[in-house]
Amino acid sequence: MLPVGDRLFDLVILLLASCILVITALAAFELFQGGHLALRRYGLGFLTGTTWDPVHDKFGALPFIVGTLLTSFGALLLAVPLAVGSALFVSEYAPRWLAEPVSYLVELLAAIPSVVYGFWGIFVLAPVVRSIQIDIFRSPVLRDIGFLRSPPTGLGLFTAILILAVMIIPYTASVARDVLRLVPQDQREGAYALGATRWEVMRHAVLPYARAGILGGVLLSLGRALGETMAVTMVIGNRTAVVSGLFGQTATMASVIANEFTEANSATYLSSLILVGLILFLITIVVNVVARVLIHRLTPEGIS
Amino acid sequence: MTGSLLGGHGRARRRRRRVTDMVATAMIVLAALIVMTPLVLVLVYLVGRGIGSIDLAFFTQLPAPAGESGGGVAQAVVGTLELLALASVIGLVIGIGTGVFVAEYPGHPLVPTVRLLSDALIGVPAIVMGIVAYALLVVPLRHFNGLSGGVSLGLIMIPYVVRATDEVMRLVPDVVREAGFALGLPRWRVIVQIVIPSAASGIVTGAMLAMARVAGEAAPLLFTAFGNQYWNFDPLKPVAALPLVIYTYSISPYDSWHRIASAASLVLVVFVLLTTLLTRFVFARRTR
Repeated sequence: MLPVGDRLFDLVILLLASCILVITALAAFELFQGGHLALRRYGLGFLTGTTWDPVHDKFGALPFIVGTLLTSFGALLLAVPLAVGSALFVSEYAPRWLAEPVSYLVELLAAIPSVVYGFWGIFVLAPVVRSIQIDIFRSPVLRDIGFLRSPPTGLGLFTAILILAVMIIPYTASVARDVLRLVPQDQREGAYALGATRWEVMRHAVLPYARAGILGGVLLSLGRALGETMAVTMVIGNRTAVVSGLFGQTATMASVIANEFTEANSATYLSSLILVGLILFLITIVVNVVARVLIHRLTPEGIS
Repeated sequence: MTGSLLGGHGRARRRRRRVTDMVATAMIVLAALIVMTPLVLVLVYLVGRGIGSIDLAFFTQLPAPAGESGGGVAQAVVGTLELLALASVIGLVIGIGTGVFVAEYPGHPLVPTVRLLSDALIGVPAIVMGIVAYALLVVPLRHFNGLSGGVSLGLIMIPYVVRATDEVMRLVPDVVREAGFALGLPRWRVIVQIVIPSAASGIVTGAMLAMARVAGEAAPLLFTAFGNQYWNFDPLKPVAALPLVIYTYSISPYDSWHRIASAASLVLVVFVLLTTLLTRFVFARRTR
């Protein structure tokens, strides 16, 4: 029989810990409850509908699903090579006195609030993108490519991809760095002994060993990118239609919620937005759990 | 072996390999430089644009009407602190409690589930937590309120605090616990008086980092705390927050509001970066 103090303490801790079960269940329940109306009305057609028309109460989420996928994978395409490169630099190339501050600065990228990135995006990045758009418009060759044509506002898919890339770099970079440090030294020395150059050591001995862990980091970044809200909302243009081209204005699942939630004036409208939230909730949970499993499996001590 | 894996022999081959190596090194150095550039650009821009707009009025006055110069966002500075306090009550109590559970009751059947859910919750977008807080606290009260904003930020904090607590408590060697048991202490006193104090600096670091993270969140506050142009100390009414000010002011058409947005961004970034750096240097060094 445990002492009274122990039983009391165990109870309190167990109650606090079960809060997390309650919160997850409650979140899923509230999102389902809120999105129920839209789900019953549109069914699976909600995922494929391209019309988002609050005036006629007709809602389909495809423009935002496309927008979310394009911004996220576009950002990954830019961010992953840079993040892995900088992780290689920090763990393999840089001298110790340089490695430490560089990895620090990269992590600070994650500390800057999303809304501040959005502010910077509007006033610095958007004008740059706008001038690129104007150059394209002036160029006799490029102006006729439909994929590149769009009103030169500087706000749109491309600007959102750039901002997102900057924001997700630290997640891949810090996991990749930690995983690279776990690659056994023998692995490198063996390859050097065969006469490999430094790059060949990286390419054939180090990176393949760290592949699964780096993939975990990439998935972690993907999870971030899918749900990133403020910065994207501020630079993507918030047009509720399937994107027209690289510079086209559009919206993502997160940005449409941020932008329209307080304006939703009918029950179906609000329910449709919450249903978008439920989809986002389910997708990000799956992506993150897979990422964690990959990282945990590789590193018994667990890397955060 | 070398032949198949790394290409053949011969002088030309060797030179090509050396050139490839040099190009790769250059690309990797370049990648590191490119990755750091945005941080520098953002900070330089914020300081350059924001520092001239920060004055005493920024912290002491309410917003001026659109188009008029002057005024401040005192209500948002205070509002952010209010929301952080509310969030910390929820985030720290549940977060540290759950962290203790996961670290100190390793045999308990619920531990794997709790850890998995906490990992899953870390990835849930902040705006989705905003919807949850909206459904829980805004709908029943029928108007936007600060409490729901604080709760949404608290929900976001929980998994970060859980992970930090879990990690530092597992660093405390079992010998220390056994020494406590050998003195005849019950388990709860071993945890509260021995394990938690030895892990305290790490737990504080995790808590501060989690607070710094949610301090800059705007997304879940859009439809919970909502923002307020006036003083309000009632958590059941709309409460202002710096991230909301940055959002609404930077998408507004007024130049004077853009100035306030730049000042607010600078204040927020300095707050977040200082918290991050200070806690890392002051506390993290001691635990590692």
